[in-house]
Amino acid sequence: MATKEVKPDPQWTDPATGEYRVIGLGQTFRSITEKISRIVLTPETPLGWFAFFGIAGAGATLLLVAVTWLFLKGVGIWAITQPVAWGFAIINFVWWIGIGHAGTLISAILLLFKQGWRNSISRFAEAMTIFAVVCAGMFPLIHIGRPWLGYWMLPIPLTMNVWPQFRSPLLWDVFAVSTYATISVVFWYVGMVPDFGTFRDRAKSKFGQYIYGILSLGWRGSARHWMRYETASLLLSGLATPLVLSVHTVISFDFAVAVLPGWHTTIFPPYFVAGAIYSGFAMVLTLAIPLRKFYHLENLVTERHIDNMGKVMLATGFIVAYGYGMEVFMAWYSASHWESFMMWNRMFGPMGWSYWVLIACNIAIPLTTLWSRKLRTNIAFMFCISLVVNTGMWFERFVIIVTSLYRDFLPSAWGTYRATKWDYMTFIGTLGLFTTLFLLFVRFLPMIPMNEIRMLLPGAKIGPRPTSKAAAEKAGD
Amino acid sequence: MPAREGTYGLLAEFDTPGDLVRAAQQARQDGWRRMDCYTPYPVEEAAEAIGFHRNRVPLLTLIGGLMGLTAMFLGETWISVWAYPLNIAGRPLYSWPAFIVPAYEWTILFAGLSAAFGMFALNGLPALYHPLFNAPNFRDGATTDKFFLCLEALDPKFDLVEAKAYLETFQPNSVVEVEY
Repeated sequence: MATKEVKPDPQWTDPATGEYRVIGLGQTFRSITEKISRIVLTPETPLGWFAFFGIAGAGATLLLVAVTWLFLKGVGIWAITQPVAWGFAIINFVWWIGIGHAGTLISAILLLFKQGWRNSISRFAEAMTIFAVVCAGMFPLIHIGRPWLGYWMLPIPLTMNVWPQFRSPLLWDVFAVSTYATISVVFWYVGMVPDFGTFRDRAKSKFGQYIYGILSLGWRGSARHWMRYETASLLLSGLATPLVLSVHTVISFDFAVAVLPGWHTTIFPPYFVAGAIYSGFAMVLTLAIPLRKFYHLENLVTERHIDNMGKVMLATGFIVAYGYGMEVFMAWYSASHWESFMMWNRMFGPMGWSYWVLIACNIAIPLTTLWSRKLRTNIAFMFCISLVVNTGMWFERFVIIVTSLYRDFLPSAWGTYRATKWDYMTFIGTLGLFTTLFLLFVRFLPMIPMNEIRMLLPGAKIGPRPTSKAAAEKAGD
Repeated sequence: MPAREGTYGLLAEFDTPGDLVRAAQQARQDGWRRMDCYTPYPVEEAAEAIGFHRNRVPLLTLIGGLMGLTAMFLGETWISVWAYPLNIAGRPLYSWPAFIVPAYEWTILFAGLSAAFGMFALNGLPALYHPLFNAPNFRDGATTDKFFLCLEALDPKFDLVEAKAYLETFQPNSVVEVEY
């Protein structure tokens, strides 16, 4: 890409390699440890945190209200009916789980590719994954109508002697999503153990020492432990990579295996995965940009991170654009009356506006502007673009589900879809729940992996036997 | 483990990973075996220096993954063919391609859990108490910015006075005796 015309600020480049710095100048092992642990170990919580927590908590309460009413009245309070039987619940499910994918991509795939810059953002991207999966996993459960029978989906011996149907992608989903949630939590926790050790040793309060001491499992940083730990992290990344690709693939099978025009297509798996990463990186930006500002982490989450995330979004955005293009092409090339009607109806039918919102938010705005490095390193712009892409990806799921369903083969069966206030409340409620969990994470857990950041510092390089005095000075500053 | 008394070992503190690695390499060359390095982030060279090579985490992960794969595939087959046969549009009961997806997921699930818990088990964690936590400079340094080499009393070469003098030759910040 044309990077040569912009002269980088010398403060942000490494004189040895000429590359952009991942971590700001002048950081030491101790300074970054203090910077990150102070956020958690301080007894004072910033007022701004309480303000956000109040708003997010109100959202989460809204979810509680919406779900309580749902359990009392049933799914009839939502807009789902024939022909659109999969409404907001499945849109939100696919959207949320897609958002989670970027966390795994950053923590696992970029680790395998040895992308050191990922270290600063990997932890909260993983947290984002877990909270997104929490929100996502809830939707199929409350969508089944009788959530207290949700355990029927599991292959467990019941007195009824009924077993699940293993040929259905909906059941594959159960395994894909539950495995994804479990592995994400384990990966996240394993990553935090050494940092809990740091917290244990730095906590002033007895309570903090106990809690972080137990969470750290007694981590003491032995070289033997570190080697097994590194192997386990690498293996977990290697396992999470095919897992994350399989999760959205299996979710796309929910659609692609059906014979409905608009769903029955082989491009869905790659296009879903790319879309997931696209929206996930947008969500990482939505979270990272206010966070680095609020907690003054500009030295750790640098412009290079924002720039790189912009590049990933550009690449995945184009895969998504290819997917949209192929859908249109296949609608014509298939010579199927139903396929081409579906596409015409999707673009110009009564709900055609949603398709154009999607094209504007996912293609027109981001894919024309993200080429420019100037814009990619403009923090305010990147924040706005992240919101635009999040909206666009939500509409992608809306378009796939609603516009494929509401006018199917027989005109007499046509209907429409208009979400009720309970649909909106549930959706807004999950946004609240997600933000609440994230705020708790930022306040009580290490949001930046200290042990991984230390490896990026110049002091971590083992030189070819310098005099110990010079080495001490180098590590000291 | 029976309660031990006396000295656990001698702990030398260094400022840089380079100093630690050189000291550990020298100590290994000089015949020390019962020793360990403690660092605030993974230092691969330190593990090499103390001669740590046998890492069984990959093996455990492989075994776990194969177990998950077998368990799920056999479970699906048993359920679909014997326990609860369903005629879905006349398809064969043993429709193995459809069984691949959950079996694949469980391979990853079991392998991942084996990697994480196997790693903790091999490391002997959780172990909330360890004699090293008694060293006054260990807890502030080992998880922040200091690099430690510990010569353990179980080594046959260990003699408190001699080992201390030996460690001093590496010019560490300090050498402290660690009690059980």
